[in-house]
Parts: sequence; C-alpha cells; structure tokens
Amino acid sequence: MTRLPIISAPVLDVESDDNLKVNVELLTDWLVAFLQDEITRRRGFKTAVVGVSGGVDSALVAILLARALGPENVFGIRMPYKTSSQDSLDHAVLVQQASGINLQTIVITDAADGYLQFCPDADGRRRGNVMARIRMTILFDQSQKLGTIPVGTGNKTERLFGYYTWHADDSPPVNPLGDLFKSQVWDIARYVGVPEVIVSKPASADLIVGQTDEGDFGISYPRADRILFYLLRGFTVPRLLEMGFPQEEIGIVKRRLDGTHWKRHLPTTAMLSSTSINDYYLRPVDY
Amino acid sequence: MKVHVAAAQIKPRKGDYPFNLNRIGDLFEQLEDERPDTDVLVLPETCLSGYFLEGGVRDVARSREQLFQDLLALYRSRVKRTDAVLDVCLGFYELGDGKYYNSAAYVTLSGIDSSVPAALVHVHRKFFLPTYGVFDEKRFVSRGRSVAAMDTRFGRAAMLICEDAWHSVSATIAALKGAQILYIVSASPGRDFSGQHIGNVARWNVLLPCIADEHNVWVVYSGLVGFEGGKGFTGASQVVDPWGNCIVKGSSLEECLITATLDREDVAAARAASPLLADLEAALGDVTMELDQIARHPYTGMVAGSQDTGNTGGVR
Repeated sequence: MTRLPIISAPVLDVESDDNLKVNVELLTDWLVAFLQDEITRRRGFKTAVVGVSGGVDSALVAILLARALGPENVFGIRMPYKTSSQDSLDHAVLVQQASGINLQTIVITDAADGYLQFCPDADGRRRGNVMARIRMTILFDQSQKLGTIPVGTGNKTERLFGYYTWHADDSPPVNPLGDLFKSQVWDIARYVGVPEVIVSKPASADLIVGQTDEGDFGISYPRADRILFYLLRGFTVPRLLEMGFPQEEIGIVKRRLDGTHWKRHLPTTAMLSSTSINDYYLRPVDY
Repeated sequence: MKVHVAAAQIKPRKGDYPFNLNRIGDLFEQLEDERPDTDVLVLPETCLSGYFLEGGVRDVARSREQLFQDLLALYRSRVKRTDAVLDVCLGFYELGDGKYYNSAAYVTLSGIDSSVPAALVHVHRKFFLPTYGVFDEKRFVSRGRSVAAMDTRFGRAAMLICEDAWHSVSATIAALKGAQILYIVSASPGRDFSGQHIGNVARWNVLLPCIADEHNVWVVYSGLVGFEGGKGFTGASQVVDPWGNCIVKGSSLEECLITATLDREDVAAARAASPLLADLEAALGDVTMELDQIARHPYTGMVAGSQDTGNTGGVR
C-alpha cells in the first residue's frame, strides 16, 4: 500500500513568541495616529508631559510622542529619589538625545522624605507607593502648568500583573502602551530607535536598590507574556499544562492576574439608583 | 450600464449630528466640483454621530424621514446645479417604531429642476448586532428583522451593516433577492497587529472578495476611520468586482474618498463563468428545508448524520 504523505498542522511550541509578534511598522504608525487623535484632536492640546524613568516603556512613549507632536512639544521629566540608580538618570538623557524632547529633572527626595520621616517603619512597598504617587502628583501639576496632560507608559503585562501603584502609574488619561505586552514593547522600541542599552537592560521599577521586575515576579517577561496570551484567550489551566507550560509558572501568572482585577477598575461605588453612573448612566469617554 | 460610485471614509465628530451632516455637505460640493459624474456616494456606519455612543444613541438618533429631509435640504443648499442628482447610502442611528436601530439608508437626492424625483428608497436595520468584547449593540439598539433587496436607479441592490457581512448568510439572502450591488457600511475597530494588515482589515480583505466571488456581485464597502476613546476604526474602504478582485482601497488611518466605475454587465459575465448563485437557487427548496429543520429542532437534540446512516431514532 502506498502511503500518502501526512501534512499536520504545526504543534504549539511553548517557547515560541509567534503569537506575540506584531507588525512594528504598522503598529508604530497606528500609535502615533492614536496620540495625535487623543491629545490634539479630541482634547485640543499641542503638548504633552511624560515621566522619563530611563526604562524602555517611557523611552518608547517619548519617541512616539515626539513623532506625534514634534519633539519640541514633548516635555519629559526625570524624578529621581535619592536611591534611584545613576543608570536610570543617564538613560533618560539617552532618551532625550534619541527623541529630541525637552527634559528636566525634579528630585523627589525631599517631598517623599518629608512624609516618610513620620513613617520610619514603612517597608519597601509603602515607600515605593509614596514615590510613585509623588511622581504622579508632579506630572499632573507640571501638565497643569503647561496646559496639557500627562501621558502614561504602563504596559499590558504590568497592568495584568497589577505591578504598579494604583492611581499613580495608571492615572494618566492617555496611554499608548496599555494593550501591549512587555515583549511587544521591546520589539517596537527597537524599531523606533530606543537605545539598545535601554531595551536590553533588566526592567526595574527602581524603587529599591537592585530591584528588577522579573526578580519580583519570579518569571521572565517573555515566559509570562506567553502564558498571559493564552489565559486571556480563554484557555484553562489544564489546557496550558497539556500544552507544556510549567505548572509553577502558570501558577505565578494566574495568581497575579486573578488577584488584581480590582486594580484595573475605578473605585467601587455603591449603586443606589437606576441612574447610577457607569451602571445605568452610560456615556463613552469621548462623548 | 455604468455606475460611478464614491465611498467616503470619514472621522465623525462624536455625537454631533449637525456638524457631521454638514461634513457630508462638503462632500456633496467636492463631488460636484471634482467628480460630477458620481452616481452613488457611500458613507460608513454611524457616520453622523460616531459609533460608540452607549446611551448617547438616544441623543443622536433620527427618524428615517427626518434624515431624508435633512439630506435633501443639505443637498439642495450645497450643490450649485439645480438639476443635479445623487444617490447616497449611509449609516445612522435610527429612531423608529418606538425603538432605536443601527441602520443604513439609501436615498436619491435631486435638485429642484431635476427630472429624477428625490426619494427615500430603503432603510436597512442591522440584522446581526455584535454584543461581545468591545461591542455592546444589543444593549442600546434593537435588531432589524430582514435583509431586503431594493430597486435603485442603478438596478437591484442591498445594504448590509458591518457584522451583517461577517455572516455569509446575509449576503446570500441579498443575492437571492436579486441584489447585484452590495453596499456594506461599517465601523470596524482595529485590533490584532500581528500580521501584514491590522487583524480586522485582514478579515475584511478576505470577506469582501469572498462575498463578491461567491454571488458574483459588486461590493462597495465604506469604513469609518478615526479614534473614539482609544478605539480606532480602520477605514480600508474598497470596491470589489464580481470576480472578487479589489479594484480600489482606502488607507486604514486617513479620511479619503475612493471612486470606481461599476459595469453591471460584469455581474452576468461573472455568473456565466461561475454559476454558484444559480446552483443555490436550484437547490433552494432543499436548503430551505434544511434551515427550517434546524430552526425547529435545536442542534443539541439532533443525532449527527442520522439520515445518512439510516438511523431514524433521533429527534428528526
């Protein structure tokens, strides 16, 4: 009997990033158009403010804003605390050089310590939250001064992990990266010319000396992103196990995801009427 | 018979019916100056208000009569030639029968000295309302109950709105009812940036040629562009010939007008080479019985292949 050749559909490779690949050229044009539309057309602003941490997310946003509004209309702000690394400060300057945006420095040490001196027992998490909220206070105030708005830089992975300070990092009214996994941010960042030293360094909130995101998570971004991709598509944990993802890594991702749904919403309001805002009285953000 | 069509992809101002209506007046003027031979202008879904309105639908919805009167008054005020005539197909939120609908209207607009009477030709109410993910239509508008073909100055045609076209049965019904031109209006939010084209555009790029090729109809597609609250619509308006070839396409980002000349004789030529529609018409009795059976007996209660295997013990 002559055997016919068998052509099978490719089996999923859990080490493959194929599902996370984006068309960087197309997506860059789209994000630039998004920023122009949200900032200029809808809100009527010609300028924007962005916190430049020296990390890849804010570097990418700075370059996108420069393309969308013109670099002279983008105001980057470095906001170091006394423990912030020199690399972060230096890399923010690289972002300025790569994008041509304005850059100023506002040190937050006195502001943060002015409060924290009353809380000597505050642990690293509390201190980090205080710093994040002070930085956002500054960004909004500087925006007010310039008559514009701050632009957010949080990516989808950290949003899904709840790895940010509520009503701080997540509070700017416009965010071009919020639906992009970290792996995708890296791809676009390289495409638009974010300096390689920034793209390839370990991501860090830089709230504590030596801190890295992946150290905090216990899993790398690329591995987390692959699992998140399938979880968000609706795959169950047994299915992910069957596909070959390690149980421990699935657990890390799932716990962070499931434990932070609240963080991705506005405050819970007691519903008392049939005109309750956002329950009954519904209007889109741009209406 | 040649039909000169123009499809405009525009960014409406959110919730501002008068402003958006006036924009259409600008298009009337542009066409009169630059493309005076245009027969039909096609505009996207919800082009008079923007798409994501939630409860704001109540503020912007208009009756079909009001819309027709507004368009006719606009046309006569903005077009210089008093004997000019133009057909317009456009999407709007409709207030009718005590309900709100996501609708598309086809109207004939003519100047006061034209021999062609102005007319409200037909209104199609969206048949398939997307209510999943980013979409929430069923919450705010009612569903249309039919897919009709209509007789226009340029032959028999039909309108579909966005998800209507994602169900192959909609175009099939329209073709069976005699439509030779399908006007498809859409507000399609961009999502999935992994491929050569934005994901939903890639889907349209497959769907529209498939519709045209299966039923050998002309397809004129007009897509909204611009962002609404971070959700960007992907334009990519296009005209597809009855063999399934896209002959003109707009971009995914910018406002534009695309134009093409449709030759209705192409429909017959394509059908002669590929008589799929005739095959379907011939088998329509059996197809109808199959569909009727499915409608009467829930799928879950059926025994797969019972008829073919001679097993008559199922619910059939």
